[in-house]
Amino acid sequence: MSSAAAAASIPRRRARGSLRRRRLLLAVANHAVLIGLAVAFLAPFLFIALTALMSNHQALSPNLWPQPFRWHNFVDVFTKAPFWRWTLNTLEYSILGTLGVVLSSVPVAYALARLRWRGRQAMFMVVLVALMLPPQVTVVPLYVMWAKFQPFGFQFIGTLWPVILPNWFGDAFSIFLLRQFFMTIPEEYLDAARVDGCGELRILGTVVVRLAKPAIVAVALFSFLYTFNDFFLPLLYTGETPHQWVLSIGLSEFRSLHQVQWNLTMAATLLVMAPVVVIFFLAQKAFVEGVTLTGVKG
Amino acid sequence: MVVALGDRRRARRRAAWRRRRLVLLLMSPWLVGFSVFFGYPLVMSAYLSFNHYDLLSPPRWVGLANYRYLFTVDPQVWTAVKNTLWLIAVMVPLQVVFAFGIALLLARARSGAGLLRTIFYLPALAPPVAATLGFVFILNPATGPVNTILGHLGIQGPLWFQDPAWSKPSLTLLGLWGVGNTMVIFLAAVLDVPRHLYESAELDGAGPLQRLRWVTLPTTSPVILFAVILGVIQGLQYFTQAYVAAGVASGQASQAADVTSGNLGFPLDSTLVYPVLLYQHGFSDFQMGYASAMAILLLGVSFGVTLLILLNSRKWVHYGGVAR
Repeated sequence: MSSAAAAASIPRRRARGSLRRRRLLLAVANHAVLIGLAVAFLAPFLFIALTALMSNHQALSPNLWPQPFRWHNFVDVFTKAPFWRWTLNTLEYSILGTLGVVLSSVPVAYALARLRWRGRQAMFMVVLVALMLPPQVTVVPLYVMWAKFQPFGFQFIGTLWPVILPNWFGDAFSIFLLRQFFMTIPEEYLDAARVDGCGELRILGTVVVRLAKPAIVAVALFSFLYTFNDFFLPLLYTGETPHQWVLSIGLSEFRSLHQVQWNLTMAATLLVMAPVVVIFFLAQKAFVEGVTLTGVKG
Repeated sequence: MVVALGDRRRARRRAAWRRRRLVLLLMSPWLVGFSVFFGYPLVMSAYLSFNHYDLLSPPRWVGLANYRYLFTVDPQVWTAVKNTLWLIAVMVPLQVVFAFGIALLLARARSGAGLLRTIFYLPALAPPVAATLGFVFILNPATGPVNTILGHLGIQGPLWFQDPAWSKPSLTLLGLWGVGNTMVIFLAAVLDVPRHLYESAELDGAGPLQRLRWVTLPTTSPVILFAVILGVIQGLQYFTQAYVAAGVASGQASQAADVTSGNLGFPLDSTLVYPVLLYQHGFSDFQMGYASAMAILLLGVSFGVTLLILLNSRKWVHYGGVAR
């Protein structure tokens, strides 16, 4: 036994030097590939940024470096197009939508996660099905519904309300995420509060919300991101009313307002990408936590 | 004794009633939301698919006429179906493999992993319209940076979004740029693989490729399944990038500057995916009955494909363990 072990260990010890060298080479190769990929991933941002600083003539030429740097392009974006109007519309949609999602999804997720009632599992299945439903299936009847629903003559088509309001009635993805998270809260915390005489609603509002803050923040971030980037639904309802356009629609139509000016279009593109990137850097941890919450716990 | 029992029963019933009321209160947003924004439209969609409806006059019952037109007459439907299937068969697997590959590399890297992870995740945050516009510009055959650089290297770059053969690959490149979300999920899963599994595999003489095949992949297979299903569902609903790319690229080609729906699927219907065709029929031509039929078909296909993947997954997904 021992002699066999000794015999087996000797070749290993002799090979350790070359093994370490091979490991080092692999690590270097690993890093090289990663850095190459990272450059490829950053390149589009770079190209967009460089073009955003060129004059129109340069943007259409094969030149890769702006000469001179036209910082004024960013101002032009605001003066030559109703960019500010689009920004306000987008903020209205995103802020109201995100608020609605958080306020409506938390109670639902809590009921699904921590309260016992008949039909709870079935209702959760319903949430999952809603998650996988292609929006195209509900889009046509919903449009018809909003077109026919005219209380006091108020026209919903042409405004952003048909896009904002559904968020106040629960969002399947957020409910799913929050429910998964709520299920990990130890019952002891809730029992302690119950013993102290807290009503269920109070427990939800104070104890649960505080414990679930990372999940709630993640949900808010995802909702904000989703509504900020949304194109299809706003296109459907405000496509014909330019003064209600959000940034994504405005950006796609930008060139039609200003005759092929690619430099300004790239500047506008950069401006639209910027807020999201900034928010990400400010809330990095919450973002990554949220994404892993969906993938690994789901 | 009897009085106490009755009291207790009454108290319990009251508590149960109170709990039910609480559940109803908490669930109310979703109950309303689901019925109004999912249940009702779903039923209406099915109903409208058997009607001819243009929003102005009331729906006119036409039975299976819409479906017959959909399957036999409409010249663009099969192109649209093929294009969407192309995305699902090519773009989604490439995205999953690419994301997993990057995750593996990142998992192995020690230093700078945080910064690299941020760099790979960032493009996934970019608004789809912005990203599409950026890519259409960058891949401009004549003046875009990519073809310019390729030219310097002596390679004649393809026509990218202007070429029917290259438009879907161009969309795929755009899709690969945005795998950050999936990559982060894979990274977490790969990092979660228990160390001792690797060690015992190594003791058994497994090389790196074998460790990948027999330890990493099986252990992370549930997450891979999740990513595949998500990718397929998103592929079936793929709209924004195709719509915007077609509009912008066609404007580029003709030096005109409008993104009207007359250019959907540019060039030559190669980017005409199913949701874009549905949008055109429903909201451009206002053939809402027909669009509903298209939507019901999409629902059936989504269901069927998801079921197929789930059934097939039993063969290769291992929950909570390693392949034996």
